[in-house]
Amino acid sequence: MARMTMREAISQALWEEMERDERVFIQGEEVGVWGGTYAVTKGFYDHFGEKRVRDTPIAETAIIGSAIGAALTGLRPVAELMTINFAFVAMDHIVNEAAKLHYMFAGQFKLPLVIRATSGGGRQLAATHSQTPDAIFAHFPGLKVVSPGTPADAKGLLKSAIRSDDPVLFIENATLYQTRGEVPEGVDVLEPLGKSKVQREGDAVTIVAYSKMVQAALQAADMLAEDGIEAEVVDLRSLRPLDMDPVIESFKRTNRAVVAEEGWRSYGIGAEVSARIYELAFDYVDAPVKRVAQAEVPLPYNAELEQLALPQTEDIYRAAKEVVNG
Amino acid sequence: MADLVTMPKLGFDMAEGTLVRWVKSEGDSVAKGDVIAEIETDKATVEVESSFSGKMARHLVEEETTLPVNAPIAVITAEGETLSDEDIDKLVAAAGGEPKAKKAEAKQEPKEELKQAETPEKEPTAEEVVKEGVQPVGGVRSSPLARRIAEDKEVDLKKVEGSGPQGRVVKKDVEAYLDELRKEGREEEAEVVEKVMQPVTAFSPGKVPEDEVLPMSRLRQAIGRRMQDSNQNFPHFYLTREYRTDKLLALRKEINQLLPEAEKISVNDFILKAVALALRQYPNLNASIEDDTHIRRFGHINIGVAVAVEGGLMTVVVSDTDQKPVRLIAREVREMAGRARDGKVRNDDIQGSTFSISNLGMYGIDNFAAIINPPEAAILAISAAQTVPVVEDGELKVGSRMKVTLSADHRVTDGAEAAEFMQVLANYLEEPMRLLL
Amino acid sequence: MEKQEYLDLYREMVVIRRLEERAAELYQQGKIGGFLHLYIGQEAVCAGIGSVRQPQDRIITAYRDHGWAISAGMDPKVVMAELLGKKDGCSMGKGGSMHMADTSLNFWGGHAIVGAHIPIATGLALGDHYQENDDAITICMFGDGATNIGFFHEGLNLSKVWNLPVLWVCENNQYGMGTAVERASAVSEIRQKAEGYGMPNDRIDGMDVMNVREQVARVMEEIRNGGGPHLLEIMTYRYRGHSMGDPERYRNKEEVKKWEDEDPIGVFRKYLVKEGVASDEVLDEQDDLAEKIIEEAVEFAEASPNPGKDLLFEHIYAEETSIEYRGYRLENESEEN
Repeated sequence: MARMTMREAISQALWEEMERDERVFIQGEEVGVWGGTYAVTKGFYDHFGEKRVRDTPIAETAIIGSAIGAALTGLRPVAELMTINFAFVAMDHIVNEAAKLHYMFAGQFKLPLVIRATSGGGRQLAATHSQTPDAIFAHFPGLKVVSPGTPADAKGLLKSAIRSDDPVLFIENATLYQTRGEVPEGVDVLEPLGKSKVQREGDAVTIVAYSKMVQAALQAADMLAEDGIEAEVVDLRSLRPLDMDPVIESFKRTNRAVVAEEGWRSYGIGAEVSARIYELAFDYVDAPVKRVAQAEVPLPYNAELEQLALPQTEDIYRAAKEVVNG
Repeated sequence: MADLVTMPKLGFDMAEGTLVRWVKSEGDSVAKGDVIAEIETDKATVEVESSFSGKMARHLVEEETTLPVNAPIAVITAEGETLSDEDIDKLVAAAGGEPKAKKAEAKQEPKEELKQAETPEKEPTAEEVVKEGVQPVGGVRSSPLARRIAEDKEVDLKKVEGSGPQGRVVKKDVEAYLDELRKEGREEEAEVVEKVMQPVTAFSPGKVPEDEVLPMSRLRQAIGRRMQDSNQNFPHFYLTREYRTDKLLALRKEINQLLPEAEKISVNDFILKAVALALRQYPNLNASIEDDTHIRRFGHINIGVAVAVEGGLMTVVVSDTDQKPVRLIAREVREMAGRARDGKVRNDDIQGSTFSISNLGMYGIDNFAAIINPPEAAILAISAAQTVPVVEDGELKVGSRMKVTLSADHRVTDGAEAAEFMQVLANYLEEPMRLLL
Repeated sequence: MEKQEYLDLYREMVVIRRLEERAAELYQQGKIGGFLHLYIGQEAVCAGIGSVRQPQDRIITAYRDHGWAISAGMDPKVVMAELLGKKDGCSMGKGGSMHMADTSLNFWGGHAIVGAHIPIATGLALGDHYQENDDAITICMFGDGATNIGFFHEGLNLSKVWNLPVLWVCENNQYGMGTAVERASAVSEIRQKAEGYGMPNDRIDGMDVMNVREQVARVMEEIRNGGGPHLLEIMTYRYRGHSMGDPERYRNKEEVKKWEDEDPIGVFRKYLVKEGVASDEVLDEQDDLAEKIIEEAVEFAEASPNPGKDLLFEHIYAEETSIEYRGYRLENESEEN
């Protein structure tokens, strides 16, 4: 076990996988010489060389499109989108090509491809650079979408994503890069794709979250504990496939739930999770499921306004209290 | 070998096309690739080329005909081949098409069926029409979990105080209630309640017969159509009134002692007369709407009586009921009903009713509302005359009461008028001597 | 070439022609659904390029792909079965007309989104470059219309920046759907766009298969020698509309007729007869043989079964993954079982 930041965990995963398998390579904007705009790939270029750490022009369809083509020839590219906001430029290649080529040609095309992208707001980058559109990508069958909330999960999930033969969208969160956590050592320590995980046990209320909101939920759980309410925090980790088993198992004991996400509430992750809770555990519902999400506005530049719009630990705490008392 | 030309599919969402112009006439030579016709689709007019060479033997459709994709449109015979008209017809029929050109035909109106009476199906009575907003299940606002626990423990949710928003009963409320029961020394009740709750053993049904599907008789279908039309298109409203039938029943008994068996008069016959007389004073109820702008008040008062026959109902009509003596009414109804049941009903028996009555009293029905027989304005539903406790002069007594419900068309009449009619009807029903005068 | 190779090439073009004509008939009978984009008139391009490509060269094209399927070496039976949506189709009936492929023949489809396959082609070449398959060329076909979309720019630019072995082939059939080239493109010769990338480029006649062979072989040699990507504009013409249901308001009959006089099959036939390679009778036999091949393909396709319900849920992922939702009917069905 080692204590490290999420950035370090991701970096380590990438490094180990590149060492382990010649076919793994990285491409994206500023990943090479610059070392990555979030410093994730710092040092890679010097060690692995320009063939395996490829700086690209600012051309997202070419970045993702050529990663798809390379994957078809048997390589295992890890393409980087500087932020997930730029994914829209390459939307066709992510959801029309990567998600569907395997199916449309009845299995002839293999796409062992990973797309890493950074999601989330809170750094005063204004509306077009601050989105959390994860739900949009999770909508498409054929794609796998994962988003870790802890450094250990970041490392284990990224390794699994790289080793997976399916196209995986790996969504990181900019404000999580410096959070610290215990990370097991070992080249083959993997976390499975498509599996949720209980990050904290409790019996009074189930808080479902992922990515940044896991950290917020854990803090909220500490606050709730002071009020005598023990919250169970279930970390989805994977948006597609969505693993509801631990959520339902928890809900059957607590009968109350809060779902927290950084994206907008309408048509979001909370909408899907609560619909499934009602479908799978209706007779266990003691109160309606509450959703904590971003205010439905384009995120503004002003710091105070931005924080007003973004979901906070405080929001999760209050929602949980209401749902317990209501 | 002759070739059949069909309406081509010219676009991925094309379902039909119109042949607007024949380019090759009957008798013309055709080479493969020649344009033989112009077809118009939603999107464009397209030239259609022939896949065959030979002679255009027959146009199967005229210009300006619209056909679905794959419908046959022409026959092309090979060089030197001649086909008779029969051969061509066979070829087309084999492909499932029509031998002659078919223009779109107007749909035929379904023939008017025999006038039918309403069906005695389950109708909510006027009182039971619920006008309030959406109620929570069982009338108590509660969470699914609380309901389940309450069901398991046989707790009446109405007794539990809800602590949730808007007074919602939640799990802890049910549990608190159960605690209270125990605390108040009613442990026995709680225990009994819990003891009684044995786990449900598995249930397996015995042999269950297969579903039976029966075709609806034309009569039933016609009834259905008319009832649906009436129920959906006319604004019905309903008035119920309870009549004192002591005197009516007594009078009937007395009169029947004087009559032979075959001629005995029923309560319904008296009612027919009473209704007819009341209608004289309320012609709006003996009426029909014309053109949505006029009301025709009928001169005749012909009361239709619902008679149960095999496969449905028929309404037999007593013409000029107001003018006939009760005895004559009784005989006519008996004869017509007999004919109806024997399947020998005459046209005159069932035509011309201006107002209808349906009586389910013989089945012990407490009260019901009938569906108006279009194009009439109203219908009266007669229920059983029952011996019930009644209050007269501040004292509890035994009396005979019969509920009658009027269904009326609100385009022709309204509540006040209909209510007055019901009141006037009381004069005749409750003082039946008036019917004999 | 040996005489047999000439006959094979001729027959291949006729097979493609008959395949397309037969497909049009089946479409009008309602047996082929969706979109159908016919290659009639362009046969010399795919047959010519197909006859000079090496097995290690990768072919990727857009949705007018039936001709390419044949030239890549696919069996017409399998192509026809796919058109009819049957299980024996190359994509088991799940791709249809626009998604023919056979990776074992290095034929990478068949793509429906205009231009989207262009950056993917860059990636195919990247893969060969990365794995040091120095002999391999990626041959990427696209139409004149696709040269105006963003994908084209990004894909070509990156191929040049990384010096990837791509033969970019623009099959310029003068129309992007219903829009003539000059109404959609800022430059009148597509090859001029390559100038913007500092990329070598050519424009050649695509109605003469021998010319196509010769020119393409020359350009491929350059690329194989490390010359980097090359844009080849091949002038051709499609005799039918963009796809079935195209009312062709954007061009007149005279223009179509003019190009039909240069029918590539007719041009090649004249050449073979003139050069004494084969007589008209011998070529007629090849026509008959092609006809027979296509009839057998149709029979095969019609006899092939429909893909079953299970195939609906297969191939979503390469790895064993649970299906989130099978749709209302099937979800309830499985609960009853």
